[in-house]
Amino acid sequence: MTSLVASGPVIPNFGQGSPCELRNGWFCTEWVDAHWGDTLQPALIQHLELAAIAIGIGFVLAFVLALIGYKKRAFDPPIGLAADFFYTIPSLALFQLLVPFTGLTRTTVEIALISYTLLILYRNMLEGLRAVPADALEAARGSGFTDRQTLWRVEVPLALPAIFAGLRIATVSTISIATVAAFVIPQGLGRPIFIALEQDVFKTEILTAGGLAVALALVADGFLVLLQRVLTPWSRLERQA
Amino acid sequence: MPGQAAELVFDETTKQYAGRPEPAVDRLSLTVPAGEICVLVGPSGGGKTTALKLVNRLISLTSGDIRIDGRSILDHDVTELRRGIGYVIQQVGLFPHMTVEGNIGTVPRLYGRSRTWIRARSQELLDLVGLDASYAQRYPAQLSGGERQRVGLARALAADPPLMLMDEPFGAIDPIVRARLQDEFLRLQQEVRKTVVFVTHDVDEAIKIGDRIAILRRGGRLAQYDTPETILERPADEFVAQFVGADRALKALALRTLEELELRPVADGPRVPATTTLRDALALLVAEHRDAVVVVDGDGNPRGSVTRDDLLR
Repeated sequence: MTSLVASGPVIPNFGQGSPCELRNGWFCTEWVDAHWGDTLQPALIQHLELAAIAIGIGFVLAFVLALIGYKKRAFDPPIGLAADFFYTIPSLALFQLLVPFTGLTRTTVEIALISYTLLILYRNMLEGLRAVPADALEAARGSGFTDRQTLWRVEVPLALPAIFAGLRIATVSTISIATVAAFVIPQGLGRPIFIALEQDVFKTEILTAGGLAVALALVADGFLVLLQRVLTPWSRLERQA
Repeated sequence: MPGQAAELVFDETTKQYAGRPEPAVDRLSLTVPAGEICVLVGPSGGGKTTALKLVNRLISLTSGDIRIDGRSILDHDVTELRRGIGYVIQQVGLFPHMTVEGNIGTVPRLYGRSRTWIRARSQELLDLVGLDASYAQRYPAQLSGGERQRVGLARALAADPPLMLMDEPFGAIDPIVRARLQDEFLRLQQEVRKTVVFVTHDVDEAIKIGDRIAILRRGGRLAQYDTPETILERPADEFVAQFVGADRALKALALRTLEELELRPVADGPRVPATTTLRDALALLVAEHRDAVVVVDGDGNPRGSVTRDDLLR
């Protein structure tokens, strides 16, 4: 197991830090100030990258799968089962399984993260497409829409609220799970947490890195809420009606 | 884009679903002259909606033909065919994610019309269906049932189709609003003069709306195709007589107004405008225990009177 833990150059803090650090205080501002530039900020940016790539690719993949499951009902059960399967593998186990094939690389991390987004995105997209009102579909067909026009002008737009619901859950959970990436590569907010754990559980570092992950998740979620309001101004009216 | 009105011909039109003992529509033959409203009416299982959906090929023909201005629907590209036919359904089917203007612009957009054109056209149509111009930017969730159906009608009219198919368009609307929408639809038809096929299960609505009525019986067979007057006065058989109801004589009175009667000298009685139907005038006399109504002109001046016997003659 230890072979999997990414080991960078560890510079012990003990014995040379501020009184707060020596006490292993909960939140030492001096430490945060001193290490924002060299540790926290790069970790935050890497974390965002790791999560954004996984959500982006997962979104496209789940969308294609949802269209297949929607248009050809027979494909839904196998796709759903596969997505269920990936979702239930514990992340550490999945890393272990992937490392022999893709090594200690970002690819390994992304494959794992993507596989966790699929189930949530796929199910929500499919639900959204299936909930498109039958009368709107009949009106579209009766008005002379081609199948493709019906999909892009009616079905997908009307599925957007459900798609966004899935995207929000997938985003928050991916940002959370991405801390485990530090088992494979020295990147993301999981890295300072692992280092702090090795150094007799340095509380400030764990708290700050963990707090940043939470903040990132909340900001991303808030961004998606705003985006949905802009893209689906009608959906709030529907709920009130 | 299309325009004008088209003649619609059902020619031995048949729809037989596999595994069903009898056809849904059985050798239906009738002609709807250009600019007229043909109402398809009958009990459930009579194939009214099936017959309607055969026209825009939402349901495919088993045999026979349907021709619009002499051209078979099978000779059209299916999406082109549908874009040229206005389609109004009971549940309206407005797109919830589009504004009223976006909904009205549905078919014009398919024809590649510009935003400016659609804006102007939707203002024109909102006015035609009796909605304020400010409705253009609302979403369907912000409309009442009656308003939605008006927008549904405006959407169907947007590309000026020569033929309109209306599937129980006022069926889900409360009776008071329904009566108003029927009146407004008839007024609107005076202006646009489309060929209309209108499905309903309500005989009274059929009598009110239709220039001609086609009564279908179970198994999709045509029982009678005639003007409302003829159907009420000379039902083709027992089925039609029963279907239009024992009160068909009263219903026939609803088709005529006081304007059509010769007036007697002014007598005493409740005052009614000349546009009142004979049925409403009779109802008033019965309710008020009177023998005659006084017919007044648009300014409220008495023009003459009509007795109960005149109404029943």
